[in-house]
Amino acid sequence: MAMNAFPGKEAVEKKGWFRAHQWLIARRISQLGILGLFLLGPLAGIWIVKGNLSGSMTLDVLPLTDPFLLLQSMLSGNLPVLSGALGALIVILFYGLVGGRVFCSWVCPVNLVTDLAAWLRRRFDLRSSAVLSRSLRYWLLGLVLSFPLVTGVIAWEYLNPVSMLHRGLFFGMGAGWVIIAAVFFFDLLLVKQGWCGRLCPMGAFYGLLGSGALVRVKAANRDRCDDCMDCFAVCPEPQVIKPALKGAEQCIGPVILDINCTNCGRCIDVCAEEVFQFGSRLYNQRGLPKPCGKTNEAVSTVRK
Amino acid sequence: MADLSAIKRKGITRRRFMGDVLKTACGVGLFGLGLGLYANRASSLPATFIRPPGALPEEDFNGACIRCGLCVRDCPYDILYLGEVGQNIPTGTPYFIARKGACEMCEDIPCVAACPTNALDHALTDINEARMGLAVLVDHETCIAFLGLRCEVCYQICPIKDEAISLERQHNARSGKHAIFIPTVHSDRCTGCGKCEEACILEEAAIKVLPQHLAKGELGKHYRLGWEEKEAAGGSLVTPDVEHRYNLPEGMRYDYYGEGLIQEGAEETPFPSNPLDTLNKGGGL
Repeated sequence: MAMNAFPGKEAVEKKGWFRAHQWLIARRISQLGILGLFLLGPLAGIWIVKGNLSGSMTLDVLPLTDPFLLLQSMLSGNLPVLSGALGALIVILFYGLVGGRVFCSWVCPVNLVTDLAAWLRRRFDLRSSAVLSRSLRYWLLGLVLSFPLVTGVIAWEYLNPVSMLHRGLFFGMGAGWVIIAAVFFFDLLLVKQGWCGRLCPMGAFYGLLGSGALVRVKAANRDRCDDCMDCFAVCPEPQVIKPALKGAEQCIGPVILDINCTNCGRCIDVCAEEVFQFGSRLYNQRGLPKPCGKTNEAVSTVRK
Repeated sequence: MADLSAIKRKGITRRRFMGDVLKTACGVGLFGLGLGLYANRASSLPATFIRPPGALPEEDFNGACIRCGLCVRDCPYDILYLGEVGQNIPTGTPYFIARKGACEMCEDIPCVAACPTNALDHALTDINEARMGLAVLVDHETCIAFLGLRCEVCYQICPIKDEAISLERQHNARSGKHAIFIPTVHSDRCTGCGKCEEACILEEAAIKVLPQHLAKGELGKHYRLGWEEKEAAGGSLVTPDVEHRYNLPEGMRYDYYGEGLIQEGAEETPFPSNPLDTLNKGGGL
């Protein structure tokens, strides 16, 4: 079946508009709420959170540090002080539990930009896309981490659109809009899901961080799937769905274990048959059909 | 035949795999080269951009700072900014411009306390030990102290007055009868806070805070200051000191200020003690 230009239409008819958008709305509230909290200080003088996503201090007690940046800082030969290390630890534990790429879909400001590009792509049926491997991000991750190690400079921060956008909004953007526009047009016209899905080394890092995350999306009712393809159409990482949704016969569990699933929950929204739910990765054993009970090996192979 | 075709198929896959890997590696490598060159170029800090107190040396700072801006937020005087994209400074790193707003040298150094890494070195606990840069009186032509006026604003505003900047009295050669008071920076005490540059009354400050490496000369490692060595040793290290002698014509000696020769026994001044004698002499001196 062809991809629908308006995925989720059926879900809206069946479940109502709100229930077909509830996770999307929650996600936007989260993204904008975090931006709003950071903006309260510079705009209104109410300092609940200071700093930016690279490092912040909430109510003068809760330090949060981006472990990706802190790792680069450490690779250049500098050790953090207690607040920096503690902040990174909290962030690592949080995303390690709820899913590393939850950062991408629930927090990262660039997601708003690339989601807009993806929406426009669907809306205007822009299909042309250059081929870029989804594993390119790991190459870039290696490159980015090798810079501070070899040259002692965090070179990625000269280009990183994620920190640039987030920092720029509170500290001054300068010419940073150009880079954000570049990401937008790259995603819109050059490569489908190009930035977040193929290149961003920060996403790659957070993905690896959450490789054992407890919170996962599961295709609990996969037997109900009517192959409408709406979930594939909205998913920013569509390759993660297939094993869980269609793997019953190969004895693959219904939990989406791929580290690149961002837990955005959009598949849950758009599915008229209510196949998907949020759940725990532990559900995978229970969710297997009867004859597969013994062959847990197959599951663990897929997980890797 | 079946085996052969299988091998062939396998060979092609391997070749394609290797090709793909090399292609990606090449692309990523080229990108890395570009990023590296750009980062290298963009890592230089212009002289007027001063890092907050306790900042590591520039090359280490660029590796340690995570660009969080907490130092900016915790500065009670809001003098710090983060570098923006397109500015001639590493993006997202903190700086201040002394002429716009100098460091007020808070005793508790809140910017350092806020830093989650050691980019602003937490070992700095006494703000007087900070070395953000070094004030230099760069222009002797426009500084009005050199013009003989008693400005002294930089001297008065210096947080370590009389130690980081002192006033040195000199003879005013232009008027011949006045003193001039030259603000003089002492690098062993100057923190580079920039208060002097901020306060300088000129259109363009005559005293500026510069990075240490631009502001400071360095003696050759083998240089020894003879008088210090002598004092330390309690006497000349080479040959015994010879008493200095002037080789003057007999009966002549220098006057006290080295202005000319004076004949011994003659009168100290060409003017007779009775001014009337001079007046009566006529014909000028």
